[in-house]
Amino acid sequence: MPAYPVKVQPPTEDKRWGLVMATMKRHGYQSNAMIETLHTVQESFGFLDDDSLRFVSKALNVPLSKVYGVATFYHFFTLKPQGKHTCVICMGTACYVKGAGELMETIAKKYNVHPGETTDDGNLSLVTARCIGACGLAPAGVFDGEVNGKLTVADTLTKLTKWE
Amino acid sequence: MAANGQIKIFTLKIDGKDVSARSDQTVLQVCRENEFFIPTLCHLEGLSNIGACRLCMVEVAGQRKLLPACTTMVSEAMEVTTTNDKLAHYRKMTLELIFSERNHTCSVCVSNNHCELQFLSQKLGINHIRVPYRFPKFAVDASHPYFILDHNRCILCTRCVRVCDEIEGAHVWDVSGRGIQAKVITELNQPWGSADTCTQCGKCVNVCPVGALSEKGRSVAENTKRSGFLPYLTARRKEKI
Repeated sequence: MPAYPVKVQPPTEDKRWGLVMATMKRHGYQSNAMIETLHTVQESFGFLDDDSLRFVSKALNVPLSKVYGVATFYHFFTLKPQGKHTCVICMGTACYVKGAGELMETIAKKYNVHPGETTDDGNLSLVTARCIGACGLAPAGVFDGEVNGKLTVADTLTKLTKWE
Repeated sequence: MAANGQIKIFTLKIDGKDVSARSDQTVLQVCRENEFFIPTLCHLEGLSNIGACRLCMVEVAGQRKLLPACTTMVSEAMEVTTTNDKLAHYRKMTLELIFSERNHTCSVCVSNNHCELQFLSQKLGINHIRVPYRFPKFAVDASHPYFILDHNRCILCTRCVRVCDEIEGAHVWDVSGRGIQAKVITELNQPWGSADTCTQCGKCVNVCPVGALSEKGRSVAENTKRSGFLPYLTARRKEKI
């Protein structure tokens, strides 16, 4: 076993790596701090690229495939940069029954983007959620952090058009 | 196992027959010892048990739910049923779902005639699949100098993941994504041939129950698997520690 903490240099000079290093240090460079560390990377950089996954794997002595497995298992982590605007459509049971599926389809078709992906111009990320806890407002969506309920297709498109 | 770490001997009933078992054994181990047939795909002697394939489900008296035999420890006076109509129905359905999930075409598969999935389906009498096939589009990774990975045949038993982690100690494999998107990957979802941590030992290929992992340059008839060395390796590894 290598002596901890292992000196692994961040991939770039970027100051945000300081935050990531701090998280790892706080957990004593334990391999079970991987999720916590990935959280910090996601929050500081907005997404996880190959370099950051390699860095976390090396610094915490966790196999690469395990880091990748965790990063793709949880919806919180994204491997690609998020778009300028984010539109979350709740696909929970109540919202789905009230037509969230149709909303999703309309947006996906109009902006040519699959749920969970970002448009080619990097303007809009379309995200699905498994119940955001606003079932009374079904179908609900979150537009750049602002929750909106009882959405109709027309409402949604008006909101999205403003972002274009 | 008892709290003080002592191993006890239990007596239990399997399909009405009295058998004795050590307290550190699983229901599956005891059934196999006493020659009761239980189908399995993810279980392999020498690897940890994860209860993923759901084929070894058995009925235990007093339990409402079916329990996976591979991860259920024996207990005193347990009454286990290994075969009945309900279990047969569930096992058949599970196998059919496995078939429908990927592209399992025996006639053009490298593992034809020495495939555990094929063997079990014949044994359990699967003659057609009652659910629609998904026909997913998967690529074949032939970048490794000796081996081929074909996701179309994979059943996600994760034997390769476990053997690489537990026996070889390299952990080249893992599962990415979740649910229907789940698939086995090497390192950062990169071509297997470019994975630096792979020791090319071939254990993953030998434990693969289907044609997902195979050796290059071998004909279908030659593509046999051998995993009998696993319990031996596990015992040797334990000796070292």
